[in-house]
Amino acid sequence: MSGLLDWFDARFPLRKVAHEHALSYYSPKNFNAWYYFGSLAILVLFMQIVTGIFLTMHYKPDSQLAFASVEYIMRDVPWGWLIRYLHSTGASLMFVIIYLHMFRSLMYGSFHRPRELLWIIGSIIFVALMAEAFMGYLLPWGNMSYWGAQVIISLFTAIPYVGDALAQWIRGDFVIGDATLNRFFAFHVVLVPMLLLLLVFLHMVALHKVGSNNPEGIEIKLHRDENGIPLDGIPFHPYYTVKDLVGVVLFTFVYLGIVFFVPDMGGWFLEPDNFQVANTFHTPPDIKPLWYFTPFYSILRAVTYPLFGVAAKFWGVLSMGMSIGMIFLLPWLDRSPVRSILYKSPIFTWALGIFVVTFIMLGYLGGKNPSHTDLLFFTNVVWSQIGYFLYFGFFLLMPVYSKLGIVKTVGTRVQSK
Amino acid sequence: MTRLTAGVGAVGAGFAVVPFVSSMLPSARALAAGSPTTVDFSKLESGQMITVGWRGKPIWIVYRTKEMLDRLWKIHDFLLDPESSRTSQQPDYAKNEYRSRGKRYSVLVGICTHLGCVPLSKFTPGVNSGVQSDWPGGYYCPCHGSKYDLAGRVFKNVPAPSNLLVPPHYFVNETTVIIGLNSKEEVAG
Repeated sequence: MSGLLDWFDARFPLRKVAHEHALSYYSPKNFNAWYYFGSLAILVLFMQIVTGIFLTMHYKPDSQLAFASVEYIMRDVPWGWLIRYLHSTGASLMFVIIYLHMFRSLMYGSFHRPRELLWIIGSIIFVALMAEAFMGYLLPWGNMSYWGAQVIISLFTAIPYVGDALAQWIRGDFVIGDATLNRFFAFHVVLVPMLLLLLVFLHMVALHKVGSNNPEGIEIKLHRDENGIPLDGIPFHPYYTVKDLVGVVLFTFVYLGIVFFVPDMGGWFLEPDNFQVANTFHTPPDIKPLWYFTPFYSILRAVTYPLFGVAAKFWGVLSMGMSIGMIFLLPWLDRSPVRSILYKSPIFTWALGIFVVTFIMLGYLGGKNPSHTDLLFFTNVVWSQIGYFLYFGFFLLMPVYSKLGIVKTVGTRVQSK
Repeated sequence: MTRLTAGVGAVGAGFAVVPFVSSMLPSARALAAGSPTTVDFSKLESGQMITVGWRGKPIWIVYRTKEMLDRLWKIHDFLLDPESSRTSQQPDYAKNEYRSRGKRYSVLVGICTHLGCVPLSKFTPGVNSGVQSDWPGGYYCPCHGSKYDLAGRVFKNVPAPSNLLVPPHYFVNETTVIIGLNSKEEVAG
């Protein structure tokens, strides 16, 4: 065995990589359940690629055949229903995982120096995932697929002067059509997955350069024993590989539970309107994106007034873009001297709490008719306007409120056992 | 010298991108499918509309009654652009109160100028329309609540920024319209 490893090691840095990134890669000893989501995201990415490859064997990227080929997968292909439900459920769960993964970083200040680049690569991954999900959603060629894509691509027409030409270039036709479906298929199965794999690799390289943060926000590399091993660190393997496996088991219960018993999740993961084939002459009564886009969609719809002689549509699109852009700026918006919520002042805790409620409210409103009243007192559009200011307030006021209040003193060693 | 070489290389790479970017433009087939279409609307009755396809978009042909046309005059204050001053939204011959050739028939691209949904036709005025109590009759977009009158003119304070598009069209005779051309003389392009 060791002879074989020696043969490899002479030709490939096998033991070196294993030591640097697992056996002698020291992670903080105080990871909690919030640290499951990184490895779970990789698991779901793997599942999406595997199920995606098998779906591609039966799916037809042709506007005349696409819808029927998905029905064919569901009814006639052996186990096709399972592979497709694993893929559709996986898409939604990927966003559940990523949102929780990002929330973990918000709580523990994981984007603070020196992890700014790690955070930015992660934010790019988030945008790439949104592109991947958006283009994948057109492929079944259901009516909501079609009109959802129609609305989102029409956003580009809001750009002055070049908007119409740009939208035509993206669609490859005057409306969403066969050309659009074909190119979205190419992007969804080739371009964006390759980008995602590259970005995830870069995310891990950056992570292993700076090391993981932890719930207390204490830099474990600053306190080492005589061998240079961090005193509060434990080797990633076997400690965290085994811990992450527990997360995988728990997650699989949830994942397969949804796949087997509620694959449409009451219209949240698979929308009823998408069980009808795309109809270019008939818009579904309420066009809404899938749940993971609804907070940003609410921000888009919240802008209803034209400003400086430019139509409200343009400002809505700009606001939506900025709401995603805010995420990238986080390392420079948070001016708190400490990282973790455990040490920050209660002002930050309140701000984060309000932000979470706002994000969920915007998400809820994004799936509702703007002129109806589904919450108290005001119509949905008014609530989304309130949410708009709270959302941007959380980010843009952060340089101010993150400096306010009294922070607890951070020790040099991790407190938890 | 290194910079010059790199610069020339970058320009070359820029040119190499052109065919790939251009390949995503509408193809010759897509352009051909955008050629004019002839519609026979002899079965269209007063107060009704039909929807036909042109360039994959829904085109509405609406036979407006006298009552419908009379209501157009009374709502200027509620409209964003009652004079159809934005020239890109209609050919010159439709830049009038009715946004049409003649009065009776309205030809519109049935795509909301906000984000491209298909508005619903709500021709019944008043409370029974289900839109608003003083509804004059028109089109209501279910996606984001944009409203248009029966000439396709957009209301104030809705998300849509401009009136519905009037496509190029001309009437060959009483019951036939060609969509996609402004006149008999124009060559399809």
